[in-house]
Amino acid sequence: MPEGTGAATTGADRGLDVPLVRLSGITKRFPGVLANDEVSFDIRPGEVHALLGENGAGKSTLIAILSGVLQPDSGRIEVNGRPVRIASPRDAIRLGIGTVYQHSTLVPTLSVVQNLMLGQRWWRPLGRAAALARLAELSALLGVRVDPDATAGSLSLGQQQQVEIVKALWRGERVLVLDEPTSMLTPQGVEELGQVMARLAARGFGIVFVSHKLQEVLAFGHRVTVLKLGRKAGEIPPARLSALSPAEATAEILDLMFGRGAADPEAPRRRASTIRADDAPLLEVEHLSAGEGAVQDVSFTLRPGEILGIAGVDGNGQKQLAEALAGQLRAEAGRIRFAGRDITRLPVARRHALGLRYLTDDRLGEGTVGGFAIGTNLVMKRVGEPPFWAGGFERPARIAAHARELIGRYDVRTPGPEVPIATLSGGNIQKALFGRELSGEPRLLLANKPTYGLDVANIRAARDRISAAAAAGVACILISTELDELLELSDRIAVMYRGRIAGIVGNGPDAERAIGRLMVGGA
Amino acid sequence: MDALFTNAFLVAFVSGTIAASLPLLLAGLGEQMSEKAGVLNLGLEGMMLVGAFCGFAVALETGSFLLGFLAGAAGGMAVAAMMAALCVALPLNQIVVGIALTLGMQGATSLAHHVLYSRTFPRLPRQPEVALPLLSQIPVLGPSLFTQNPVVYLALLLVPAAAWLYRATNIGLNLAAAGSKPAALDLAGVSVTATRAFAVLATGALGGLGGAYMANIGAGLFVPFMTGGAGFMAIVIAMLARGRPAWVLGGALLVGFATSITTALQVAGFNIPTDLVLMLPFGTIMLVLTLFGRRAGLPAALGLPYHRGAR
Repeated sequence: MPEGTGAATTGADRGLDVPLVRLSGITKRFPGVLANDEVSFDIRPGEVHALLGENGAGKSTLIAILSGVLQPDSGRIEVNGRPVRIASPRDAIRLGIGTVYQHSTLVPTLSVVQNLMLGQRWWRPLGRAAALARLAELSALLGVRVDPDATAGSLSLGQQQQVEIVKALWRGERVLVLDEPTSMLTPQGVEELGQVMARLAARGFGIVFVSHKLQEVLAFGHRVTVLKLGRKAGEIPPARLSALSPAEATAEILDLMFGRGAADPEAPRRRASTIRADDAPLLEVEHLSAGEGAVQDVSFTLRPGEILGIAGVDGNGQKQLAEALAGQLRAEAGRIRFAGRDITRLPVARRHALGLRYLTDDRLGEGTVGGFAIGTNLVMKRVGEPPFWAGGFERPARIAAHARELIGRYDVRTPGPEVPIATLSGGNIQKALFGRELSGEPRLLLANKPTYGLDVANIRAARDRISAAAAAGVACILISTELDELLELSDRIAVMYRGRIAGIVGNGPDAERAIGRLMVGGA
Repeated sequence: MDALFTNAFLVAFVSGTIAASLPLLLAGLGEQMSEKAGVLNLGLEGMMLVGAFCGFAVALETGSFLLGFLAGAAGGMAVAAMMAALCVALPLNQIVVGIALTLGMQGATSLAHHVLYSRTFPRLPRQPEVALPLLSQIPVLGPSLFTQNPVVYLALLLVPAAAWLYRATNIGLNLAAAGSKPAALDLAGVSVTATRAFAVLATGALGGLGGAYMANIGAGLFVPFMTGGAGFMAIVIAMLARGRPAWVLGGALLVGFATSITTALQVAGFNIPTDLVLMLPFGTIMLVLTLFGRRAGLPAALGLPYHRGAR
């Protein structure tokens, strides 16, 4: 086990050498998969220990073992130097390990303080005054502000997460486990989370920060452990991490993740433009308003082969704009012209038939029917149409053949087209959805947060898919909150702010700064 | 018109409203607790019928109204225990099991009635009433509102008691969490199964009590199918009450009022077809549903069986 012995400033180097929690030789098998293979992992006081790895690398399994949700098949767990067994989430809390799960564990209809009081013995009094005092104490510790009587469901995702952190530390836990905490947050929320982690580390808490985003790991982590296919690929102790420059650290972590000499998949690079100058605009949006003020007076044009990025902090009307263009949301004012034809009042199916394809950000909710076979999901937007239906009857052989073709072409990893689509990983569901939207004769691809929640390899695949579509002459609208994604793919980038397009910036060396200004409402 | 508003008529009308409202209030408060915890308890009608039968049978045998009411509550709880075992512990589809229990109990109580009472049609004597001091002296309202069976006062006290339970206790929090996000309750270390089972059993007890009131106080006898859809009306009232016990009281009084006015109009000799008049309470419910149904604000996990680990 590498030990930090240099002159860095973390708790581990100040001589607090007994880890708060030590996992050694943890092995966990699932049918057909070795999820964790002899993994060792230390949590030290005053340290943010970043756990990095792609989807399926075994991060979630390790976290589940740490928080008592799963039991390891073999291996040893020590808390403060004593061997323990973490048989349930309750045990983990008793041992001082608080976990913030990837999915919210707040009851949306209860208030913040009610959520925090939940879980006491039923005959006890509620103790609201004591709970309020504890909440004030922990908010001060975290440096956040929470209204104790706000309904949990009415808070922003960032605020909900702050409440989750308060909840995880409620009973005096000294170890905080954060499972992919940044995946739901706005850039500003990520920033705030980083400050909260730094404050806690400074007070001697041990923090586990799970992520698959390299930049966050470098920004917030003191110690980095990389998991790859269930094994520990390596660990960079604090002393070494602080001695490296960001570029060197990036290179070293990439080596651990992908082997020597891998290029940074997140490094900014720009796609060569594929607009044909002589083409007439395919899409003309004039003074469009929709969603009761969510989209106001939006105008832009788009040519075949062009990618228009739509940037903005989440919740500034991007989703409503996409739905209005796809036909799911009624246009309250303005016009949408597509290939010279007014489609403002056309329903979803007609727009789809014309070649306007919407790749939703809600893959499981509105993108797919989870319990249906992949094959069925792939023809979901063409129900009743030949060649998949004839005389009102489904033609299973045609549907399956179509599915097999798309599965092959779009590299969907699945045992077969008859498997329910919800059993696939997020990346594979997204590949299938790309297949569905780009089959037939697409003319415009409306991609809403196409890489949200995916791992590095699948992000790459999705981005490549969009550039390939543009190269084939499909006009693309790319809605994203990832700035580097927009900078890599777009020809122009429109910034949405409070329902309006604050400005459209041509992609180029100065674009990043201009977009940043527009995103926060500056001109 | 003058004849309609004599004192005697008004006393009969107000006490009729209370008699019709009370079973709905008890059953509605019970159903509300189940719904809060995420169980749509369609077995309520069956629980009320069994409560009515057990309450009547025991009161008849022992001559004790207290034992009758206890038996009614116990009978309702016995049906609720089946509901809890099937829908909470296993857990199976709540709607199917609820309907099956209601239909099954309709048959079972009719059969038991046929075997025991269909030849003799026994009746209970008039029940003891408790006149509240002073209040019962008020004209019209005194004899109608404040001279009632103790169960009436108990039911009215349950309204603020339930409100307090939901607002100020851990049980209330647990119930709300079980109905809104059971996984969060489970992670907090509280058993979703126990919380929901508690709610279902409480519903059974209250529904059974409501049924026993119908048989022992309202009618003085048991007849098959005597609840006549009161359980389903209580379900609707609970759904519209948005988790507030006071609204259950309001809903029960509204339906009770419609039921009572039916009788009153008949007594007053209004020349309206009886069938039309009898439809009034159901019409009221449908009108209320059309007006407010969309804003019912039901718990997110209502009707969904909870499986640990499933998302």
